[in-house]
Amino acid sequence: MQRPGKMISEVLKHVGKTPATTNYPFEKAEMPEHFRGKLQFLPHRCKGCMLCTKDCPSEAIKIKKVGDKKFEAEIDLDRCIYCGQCVESCFIQALVMTTDFELAALNREDLKMTINEKNSPKPPAEEE
Amino acid sequence: MSKLTIPIGPQHPALKEPECFIITVDGERICEANMRLGYNHRGIEKRCEEITYIQSAYLIERVCGICSHSHSTAFIQAVEEIAGLEVPKRGLYIRTLFGELERIHSHLLWLGVAGHEIGFDTLLMYSWRDREIVMDILAMVSGNRVNYGMNSIGGVKRDISPEQADAILKAMDDLEERTKYYIELGLQETTLIKRLSGAGSISYEDATRLGAVGPTARASKVDQDVRRDDPYAAYAELEFNVITDDHNDVYGRTLVRLGELMESYKLVRQLIKNMPDGPIRKKGPRKIPAGEAISRYEAPRGEDVHYVKANGTDKAFRVKVRAPTLANLSAVSKMLEGDYLADVPIVIAAIDPCFSCTDRMAVRNIRGGATEMHNPGSLRNFSIDWYRRRGIDFTDLNKKLMKRLERV
Repeated sequence: MQRPGKMISEVLKHVGKTPATTNYPFEKAEMPEHFRGKLQFLPHRCKGCMLCTKDCPSEAIKIKKVGDKKFEAEIDLDRCIYCGQCVESCFIQALVMTTDFELAALNREDLKMTINEKNSPKPPAEEE
Repeated sequence: MSKLTIPIGPQHPALKEPECFIITVDGERICEANMRLGYNHRGIEKRCEEITYIQSAYLIERVCGICSHSHSTAFIQAVEEIAGLEVPKRGLYIRTLFGELERIHSHLLWLGVAGHEIGFDTLLMYSWRDREIVMDILAMVSGNRVNYGMNSIGGVKRDISPEQADAILKAMDDLEERTKYYIELGLQETTLIKRLSGAGSISYEDATRLGAVGPTARASKVDQDVRRDDPYAAYAELEFNVITDDHNDVYGRTLVRLGELMESYKLVRQLIKNMPDGPIRKKGPRKIPAGEAISRYEAPRGEDVHYVKANGTDKAFRVKVRAPTLANLSAVSKMLEGDYLADVPIVIAAIDPCFSCTDRMAVRNIRGGATEMHNPGSLRNFSIDWYRRRGIDFTDLNKKLMKRLERV
C-alpha cells in the first residue's frame, strides 16, 4: 500500500532515545585495537636496514645512523598516510602503530618527530 | 521561448566534486546537456610509473575514497596475473569480504545522498547512521574507516579472527533488518516514488549503446555483473543473484541498490561460513616480470578496469585506470535530455558519481567548442606539430633518441 509519511512512525520512535552521535571532544573516542594511528619507533630494535624508507609511499620516514648500531628515525606525520607499509616491511618490529589519532597541530614543525634512544622510553627487558 | 544555457559547476554542482555541466534549457525542460571533465587531474597514473609496485598499491587505493578497495584490488589482481602469483584461498576470501563490505557502505552512503538530493533528509540521517555499523566493522578489521590498506601483492595483510567474524555476522543481522525497512520504504513511500519515477530515464537500448555500467545499467534491465560474468577473487564459489530492474529511471536505480545490499549480506554470510583455513598471503616479488594484464572488478558503482604493463623492474611501465563513472557519464547526458532542470542533482547523483576518480584523460578544447580526446601517442604527435609550427623541430633529436633506445 502506497502512502506518504511512511517514516513518521520511525522518527517518532526515536524521540525519547539518546542520539546516535557521540559527544566526541568531551568524551574520549576509543579506537579499535589494531587501528593504524601515530607511528612509534623503537630505536633499540632498529638494525638500520632502511626497508621502511624504501617502501614508504610518501617519503615520510627517514632513518639516520647516529652512532655504533644506534639509529634515529625522523617521521613526518604530515606526510604519513598511515598505510602501515613500514610496519609491514620491518621484519624486526622496530616500528609499531599506536591507536593515537588526535594529531592535529597548528604548526607544521610540530608534526615532525625525531625519535632516538634519548627521547624514547626505556625498552622493557627484551626477551632475546 | 529562446533557449538558455546554464553552466552548473565546476564548483559544487550539487555534488562535492568539481565538474562542469553545461545545460541548455527551453523553459524548464533540458534540451541538451554537456559536461567537462578534468578539473581534478592528479597525475596518479604517471606517478605510478615512478614508484614501486608496493607504493603504487597505496596510491591507487587513493584514486577513490569510497571504492578504495575496488581500485587497489583491480590493480593488484593485474600485477598478480603478470607475476603469475597464486593467492592463497583465505586471502581471496578476505579480499572478497572487504569488497562486499565496501559495497554495503557505498550503497548505504548513496541512499543517504539520494535522500538528501530530493530533500528527504530524514532518510539521509537514518541511512548514514546505519552505515556507521559497517564502517566500524571495516575499522575494526583493517585499522581504518577508509583506505583500508588490506591488499598486498600476493594476498591480504590482515587476518580475520573468530571474534571479528562473529561481530561481522551480528552486524549483518542488524543491517539486514534496517535494509528491509528501507526496501519497504522504497516500495510504499509515495513522495519517494513520485519524485524518483521518470527522472533520468534511459532505455535498455541507450544504456547498452552508451556503455553504462553497474547499478545504472542494471536498472535498465542490462543483465551484466563482472562478479558473475568474469568471476575474480572468490566469487566463482559463491551464490548470489544479479539484481536488475525495468524501471529505467532513478527509482529503478534505488531499488537495484537496495536489492544489491541484501545480496551483499548473503555473500558476507557465505564468505564467513565457508572461509577456508590457511595462510592469507604469499610473499610477492618486488620485481615483476615483463608482461601486461587487464583486470576487471565490479566496484559498487560499476565495472572498474585497470591495465598494467610491466617491464621486468620493480616499477610499472604503464598503469591505466578506467573508473566506473567515466563509463556512465555519456549515459548521464542522455538521461538529462528532456528532463526538468530541477531533476539535474538527483539524476547526476543517481549514477553515484566519483568525478575526481575519473579525471585522467587529456582533453583539449578547440576554438569553436569542439573537444578532442588524446591518448599518449596522439598527444605526443600533437606536441611535436605544435612546436614545428613555431619553428622548433625535434625530428633530428627524435631520431637520435630512437637510435639510442634501439641500442639499449
